[in-house]
Amino acid sequence: MSIAYQIVVCGSIVPDPLQTLTPVTGPTGPGLKNEMMLPAWLDPWAGHALYEAAHLAKNQPGSKVWLVSLGPKAKLQQVMMTVAQKVPFELIALDGAAGGFTDAAETAAALAEAIAALPGLDRSKLLVFGGWESASRGAGATLQILAEHLGITDVFMGVDELKVEADGTLEILERIEGGRHQVSRCSGAPAVLGWATGNLPEPKNNPQIGMTNMRGVMPALQKARSVTVGATGVTFAEVVLPQQQRQTRIVKDAAPDDIAREIVDWIKQ
Amino acid sequence: METILFLAHTEADGTLAPAALEALGAATSLSTSLANARFIVGLLGENVTPAAQQIASCGAAKFLGVSGADFAPARYASDATAAAALCQAAEATLVVAPATSRFNRCLPGVAQRVGGRADTHVTQVRATADQVSVSRWYYRQRMEGTHTRTQRPWFILVDPGTHPAWTGAAATVAVEPVAVTLEDAAKRTTVTGFRTPAADAQTIRPDASLLLVAGAGWTKKQADGQTHVPEAEQLILDFLRLTRASLGSTKSLVDLGGEGQAVLSFLSHLNQIGQTGATPRHPKGLSTCCHGEEPHTVGWRFINERRAISLDPNCSWARGKADVLYVADAFAVMRKVNELLAA
Repeated sequence: MSIAYQIVVCGSIVPDPLQTLTPVTGPTGPGLKNEMMLPAWLDPWAGHALYEAAHLAKNQPGSKVWLVSLGPKAKLQQVMMTVAQKVPFELIALDGAAGGFTDAAETAAALAEAIAALPGLDRSKLLVFGGWESASRGAGATLQILAEHLGITDVFMGVDELKVEADGTLEILERIEGGRHQVSRCSGAPAVLGWATGNLPEPKNNPQIGMTNMRGVMPALQKARSVTVGATGVTFAEVVLPQQQRQTRIVKDAAPDDIAREIVDWIKQ
Repeated sequence: METILFLAHTEADGTLAPAALEALGAATSLSTSLANARFIVGLLGENVTPAAQQIASCGAAKFLGVSGADFAPARYASDATAAAALCQAAEATLVVAPATSRFNRCLPGVAQRVGGRADTHVTQVRATADQVSVSRWYYRQRMEGTHTRTQRPWFILVDPGTHPAWTGAAATVAVEPVAVTLEDAAKRTTVTGFRTPAADAQTIRPDASLLLVAGAGWTKKQADGQTHVPEAEQLILDFLRLTRASLGSTKSLVDLGGEGQAVLSFLSHLNQIGQTGATPRHPKGLSTCCHGEEPHTVGWRFINERRAISLDPNCSWARGKADVLYVADAFAVMRKVNELLAA
């Protein structure tokens, strides 16, 4: 039995991990120094969710993938130039803050509103995907709150594998403690899945997919609705960088035997 | 006045895991610091009596429980229903719970359901007489923030390994049952089992005192112009067998598998440390064949003593990220290390 799913991927942008991040405090609370100048990426775990969504849509004929993305419009445009070349999707853009110091509850409310307003939405075919955590706030909370807004009670987090069985049930592998997976069987959509890394490599850039996607991406960005997302009720006392600098002792020109002895002594201490 | 609910789920044997006892330590500390706070315990699981007896002397005014076969598996719908019922029965304003995979999955949704807010991955909980604040990390352990909240109930999910575990005597205690009826819609999902690597292939050991991290260098061409992947595998597995260390890897090494290159066969994304991987807690860490770039080393935030073996004296480990950097061939060093450990 082939089901044409409506797969909605929630994913936003984060600063390039190679950038040095410095917290600053402004009138509305903490943020990053030169935040709008930092090069951005699609959040890595959300990226995995997007690739898994495209893979599922390819195997389930008639399925469609939306990418619902909340972030500053100019930064979204920059990131979409790359992401749009990876897999086919339709962008729903929301213009608002995507930093780490916003509240997951406010982000989830904005995303839920956008998903509920999708034309032709059929909840019996709805699968909501996202990263199980972001690389900014790292809360791992947005998707569950979103599920509550949408009235979905089958939620899976740290997902590494999704299989659609012949009878339409979903077999899902979730990461749990100790390097193990919990295996669950869900009777079908609707469901919310927060993806860990999954098993798919990052797709190579495909200019043809990029051309097709960009026809929809630019209008979506132009009509992106402005949303206010902050952290109401939260007062930050401080945001600091860790004092992590160590006085590194560099051991050069030592024989492997001597190094090995030192390492073994250290391990046994 | 705050009402603190310590919320925990039981393990398969009905007792509480160390992570739950650590969260209980944070909760009891809160209840003694806050003026006039009420302290209640809420437990969910198939049978909560052993857990209640285990923590009977924690000073709680009341023990509430949701139990039954429906609440044995870690399933969002049933866990969320049970947790919301416990929260409402306790009239909780602060909910302190362990950040286990089971609670990370359901409690943010429960907070939304009961009109509250949740903070996850909390590493420190502080209280003065009238104010609670929590600390947690942002941008993948690159900066730490401390904040307070006005919303109630406030769910605080305490990360394992961040607080001392509560200790106290076991005793007999009465658990007040909270009745919860699950609708059929809450049973659409069935937990059918667990996948665990075979005992000799289980390389992730959260309780190990040492983390060994393997970088992509293990699969690269060596001085003789050849790759030595089988030897690398054997050296790493021998080291893990001799030390019972936990194995981590860099993203680049794990990704090689997806790109069709020769890889270490026992590595999966579950071993990945860093920006898109885990941030484990171990007293010591030894990095091998890895340059220590920032996306990787953010995963080392909670490794206390760090040493690295790399051929590059200018790698990132040398710039204040490791305590000791050995500029050497990891194959030669690890071969000798294994010999010494086996002796």
